[in-house]
Amino acid sequence: MSIFEAILLTVITASTPLVIAALGELVAERSGVLNLGVEGMMIMAAVAAFAGAQTSGSPYVGIICGIVAGALFSLLFAFLTLTLVANQVATGLALTLLGLGASGMLGEPYVSVPGIRLEEIVIPVLSDIPVIGHVLFRQDLIFYLSIALVIGVSWFLFRSRAGLKLRAIGDSHMSAHALGIGVIRTRYFAVMFGGACAGLAGAQLSLVYTPQWAENMSAGRGWITLALVVFASWRPWRVFAGGYLFGAVTILQLHAQAFGLGIPAQFLSMLPYAATIVVLIIISHNRRTTLINTPASLGKAFVPER
Amino acid sequence: MRIELEKRPDVSKLFAFVSPLLALALTLALGAVMFAMLGKNPVEALDAFFVEPLLEVWSLHELAIKAAPLILIAVGLAVSYRSNNWNIGAEGQFTIGAITGSYLPIVFYDWHSPLVLPLMLLLGALGGALFAAIPALLKAHFNTNEILTSLMLVYIAQLFLDWLVRGAWRDPQGFNFPVSRDFAPEAVLPAIWEESGRAHWAFIFAIIAAIGVWFMLRYTLKGFEIVVLGQSERAGRFAGFSSKKMIWFSFLFSGALAGLAGISEVSGSIGHLQPAISPGYGFTAIIVAFLGRLNPLGIIASGLVLALTYLGGEAAQLSLGVSDKVTRVFQGLLLFFVLSCDTLIYYKVRIVWSRLRSGAA
Repeated sequence: MSIFEAILLTVITASTPLVIAALGELVAERSGVLNLGVEGMMIMAAVAAFAGAQTSGSPYVGIICGIVAGALFSLLFAFLTLTLVANQVATGLALTLLGLGASGMLGEPYVSVPGIRLEEIVIPVLSDIPVIGHVLFRQDLIFYLSIALVIGVSWFLFRSRAGLKLRAIGDSHMSAHALGIGVIRTRYFAVMFGGACAGLAGAQLSLVYTPQWAENMSAGRGWITLALVVFASWRPWRVFAGGYLFGAVTILQLHAQAFGLGIPAQFLSMLPYAATIVVLIIISHNRRTTLINTPASLGKAFVPER
Repeated sequence: MRIELEKRPDVSKLFAFVSPLLALALTLALGAVMFAMLGKNPVEALDAFFVEPLLEVWSLHELAIKAAPLILIAVGLAVSYRSNNWNIGAEGQFTIGAITGSYLPIVFYDWHSPLVLPLMLLLGALGGALFAAIPALLKAHFNTNEILTSLMLVYIAQLFLDWLVRGAWRDPQGFNFPVSRDFAPEAVLPAIWEESGRAHWAFIFAIIAAIGVWFMLRYTLKGFEIVVLGQSERAGRFAGFSSKKMIWFSFLFSGALAGLAGISEVSGSIGHLQPAISPGYGFTAIIVAFLGRLNPLGIIASGLVLALTYLGGEAAQLSLGVSDKVTRVFQGLLLFFVLSCDTLIYYKVRIVWSRLRSGAA
């Protein structure tokens, strides 16, 4: 395997959780719900996936545990913001704070326990193609799922009737309600889909990215995910491209550290966060395009008239 | 079963007061369940967590030490949140304030003067404000989401501190540990009442800040401007208030208080710089602000409550053998309950059983 292939492989591993979690958040935001709790859902799922894999001995059980944990945790958010109309920003923060704390507590027995890595699935024939074959067709299940999700979410939002309804709710919940679309019910599903995706992303962290459990191992990825959705102006394929851009920055800074450029490691570690800020500036500075793309009722509470 | 909300014609004054208390009670109840699940006697555990730390004088001093940064930061955040500016990066502003404030005692350690301490505090506040100016600038001029930028800057600030204490500012006599030189005595924030414990002046700063901001919000034009712009940008514009200026004001103000908290903590409690200077004060202060209902006087009370969760966590680790991570769980739960109980202030909550609903329809 050439160095080029090795770098490509690590970029894919770093980008996959970003793409998955961002797709989930994209669906939630398209329905008008801003869930800032991605970091919390991801880390809860990471610990759940690790624990599930350890107890059962199978990383696939771990994946399921991660997805379920993410979805259940997001349900808490959904109940507060949709049923009790609590402030979405504050509730999302609460979800992250609670997730970081609870995962630290639940994960304590697993610190420095050797993890179980999700194995690669080698796709016959295709995997024999030079370079591309090795990089794209000898991957773990979660990578294949991430590709399926990009296609699936894109199809769902723009080609299906349910997706049209979901986007309508995100753009004007009052009109959607008047048309008889179940605003709150749809938003519950959207938020839980987001939670399940954040869960899958979290499972990837503790089963593939670094097959172990460490406190705060999500390291701000949930937040980068939120920036990615803005960067992608709420389009699935742009989330995919953006996820790989951010993944590449993360990995290249690690390679630069190993290479020893004379730049202190801490400054290189700042790069993904700095890049997020720079990208946000570039995307947001044109007020008009942002306004056109943002779901109009994003973050606004909906209380049906009775 | 289904929950229905009906908007109250007026904000319920009763629930505005009761809801934080209700949230506290619910957190304690769920905490008891959690302890029971961990195999501890819930009554003993809650007693060790929340009551015992209050029974000793030295421990009350520790409470004041932990409450001080929480109150200082939360008071600033309250101004920011009330004006609808979401500064989430107080942890980073705290860190940068600690760094800029430490410039004098670390780089000019030979300069002994009574001026050192006041200058340090000033530099700390200035550093925090300047760091908060970044998301303010980005929001005001590039329309960038301040939640995300201020948060990303937290990671950057922490990495910067890490680099400083391992590199340029590492103590040459520190046996290669990543710590800075210890502050000279004149650079240390004095204790309030030395005979009985360690509590230092940061607590007094916190109380002054809370009362000052309470006065500002209630009696000054600036306070009125904050509240109006926070509730409706449009209404604020008609009144001739500039939301752009408010972005700057709220970020610089909350950043300065977070920076002051940072340098106070380093100078008063730790005595040098090290890679970790905060157990998440900047994030916990968000909970403090909400539990105090964004009211500075309420924040004094809620700051003390959250400080108690830190102390209780330490105590629980020693006496119960429970992980100190319990602290963060309690803090997270509390914020959840605060937010859910706030619903009662604005809405009447009715539980509708589906049988009834089909009967009505």
